[in-house]
Amino acid sequence: MAIYVGGDTRVIVQGITGRQGRLHTELMLKYGTRIVAGVTPGRGGEEVVGIPVYDTVKEALSEYEAEASIIFVPSPFALDASLEAIEGGIKLLVIITEGVPVNDAIRILNYASKNNVTVIGPNSPGIIAPDRCKIGIMPEDLFMSGEVGIVSRSGTLTYEIAMQLTKKNFGQSTCVGIGGDPVVGLSFSEVLEAFREDEETEVVVLVGEIGGELEEDAAKFIIEEEYPKPVIAFVAGRTAPPGKRMGHAGAIVMGNAGTAESKIRAFERAGVRVASSPSEIAELVSSEIQ
Amino acid sequence: MRLFEFEAKKIFEEYGISVPKGGLAETPREARNIAERLDCPVVVKAQILSGGRGKAGGIIFAETPSDAERAAERLLGAALLNSTVKRVLVEERVKPLRELYLGVTLDRLERKYVFIASTRGGVDIEEVARAAPESIFRRHIESEFRSYHARELAREMGFSGSNMLNLSSLMVKLYNLSMDLDVLVAEINPLAELKDGYVALDGRIIIDDNALFRHEEFKRLQEKEWQFRMSEVEYEAMKYNLNYVKLDGNIGVIGNGAGLVMATLDLIHQLGGKPSNFLDLGGGADSERVAKALELLLVDPGVEGILINILGGITRCDEVAKGILEATERVRTEKSIVIRLSGRREKEAKKLLTEAGFEVLEGMEAAVNEIVSILRRGF
Repeated sequence: MAIYVGGDTRVIVQGITGRQGRLHTELMLKYGTRIVAGVTPGRGGEEVVGIPVYDTVKEALSEYEAEASIIFVPSPFALDASLEAIEGGIKLLVIITEGVPVNDAIRILNYASKNNVTVIGPNSPGIIAPDRCKIGIMPEDLFMSGEVGIVSRSGTLTYEIAMQLTKKNFGQSTCVGIGGDPVVGLSFSEVLEAFREDEETEVVVLVGEIGGELEEDAAKFIIEEEYPKPVIAFVAGRTAPPGKRMGHAGAIVMGNAGTAESKIRAFERAGVRVASSPSEIAELVSSEIQ
Repeated sequence: MRLFEFEAKKIFEEYGISVPKGGLAETPREARNIAERLDCPVVVKAQILSGGRGKAGGIIFAETPSDAERAAERLLGAALLNSTVKRVLVEERVKPLRELYLGVTLDRLERKYVFIASTRGGVDIEEVARAAPESIFRRHIESEFRSYHARELAREMGFSGSNMLNLSSLMVKLYNLSMDLDVLVAEINPLAELKDGYVALDGRIIIDDNALFRHEEFKRLQEKEWQFRMSEVEYEAMKYNLNYVKLDGNIGVIGNGAGLVMATLDLIHQLGGKPSNFLDLGGGADSERVAKALELLLVDPGVEGILINILGGITRCDEVAKGILEATERVRTEKSIVIRLSGRREKEAKKLLTEAGFEVLEGMEAAVNEIVSILRRGF
């Protein structure tokens, strides 16, 4: 079935005329994603790889129906673009943009939750349901359809893991990049919940990293809900020094909070097997899928 | 972006939060002059960005201006908690009736800001949370933190009358500056309660780096005073928008993607090696960017070997290859370079590199193994 998206999800692209927007619109279209329109203020009337561009989300949605929006706009404008999409009636927002101020992210999520809108990101590579829909920037040839659900805070590390799974013939049902920022939309727990209901998914791979408590929260969820599907985790940043931001705005150990040890311990207590390297993930998956 | 205590206090003052009288000194003589001007016992405080300064001897009480001069002499130039003390804050010594804690910080899990207050100030708030959680009061902020929210919090803490009014007014000021300046954390610990009001004895503010684009004054400060906040390598990296963190090993690391680079560092450790740095190129790096990143490591005397780990999705492997060739042409080096390239345009990249005599591996684990064993062999 795939979670959050499907073969018929209709998508608008905000920031479609920028370099990233343009490139990925083309790649998503090639993949088969139903992109119906794009929005870049001031460029209404233009076309990008055959997709009509509008000045506002309102105008785009008055001509085309769409459930989702993917946002490529630069970070100073991400708040505005996101609120515009939510107000326009978009129900799934995928924010690729990196560098969104935390204060803005909080406002976006606040407004989204009041309007029952699912937000993926910010600072996310997006979501892919192999062979059906890609709303994001992940390299599609590394993914193939199958029974492993992936949820991750990373970008390229996720691709690395997917690539190794695909090589061993463990395809993916849906891969959700929740993003590397300190405050994000979908959490690990929420995606685990969605994977639980998804018939296609038999095993879940969870890719975490230092900073915050999303992993600990997921471990708690797994215990409390007696999570019925095997979960295999990997936590990046075991050897990161405290107090330093390791690339991702959310990848920082503050004092004693957010260490890799704390996350790994929480997972082990929840009966989640934790891989010690990206390549071990495929081995652990293989032992779960008899 | 972390602010120094004196910078945080300047902001507090701008927002109407009282701070002790004092001044910044870069020499012992300046410290003496400030103490003379203040004409009272002072406290001399090392201005460094790490916490735990007190325990490490970074705060010295001085009765007289000569004492202040001696204290400054001891502190200035000293290595304290991984920094060199370049400036000290000389302030009038304040004797509080009691010490409180106030802070605005992020609750990542709740996706909200939270206002935290405690009647146990002057100690590590995390310690208080463990040892005396009943003395911590929290208010998650929905859309704003208004005067009445602050009054409610002050009442919960047991305050009444003018103390309650003064404290809550101060809380709102702290909240306002936090929102205006896009902070990740803004803390006053301790907040001194005096007979006639409150004084912030220490201040800790961290500005959200992602918001610097709308805080020109902080961007300029970071640029102008970089040598107080970072090393030369970190400054170079910042100029080129490279995500760089110095570590203390000898294996230089460059990768594309924060998670990938972190996992690479972890793997190096696992196999017995010691990374010298974290460096994330970000997505879609061009050859110029790659060249700059590699050059940074090539000229670092602590780096003995370099591992480049690229999984090209948007990033073109051949662009990376060109960058590697550019850098190694510009900087002659004996350092071993192990390259892992996989993904977009990897064939073209491999051709360019092997023709130039570089070793190109396909797998991440193999590449880490390779660089660790090369350095173990002592090449």
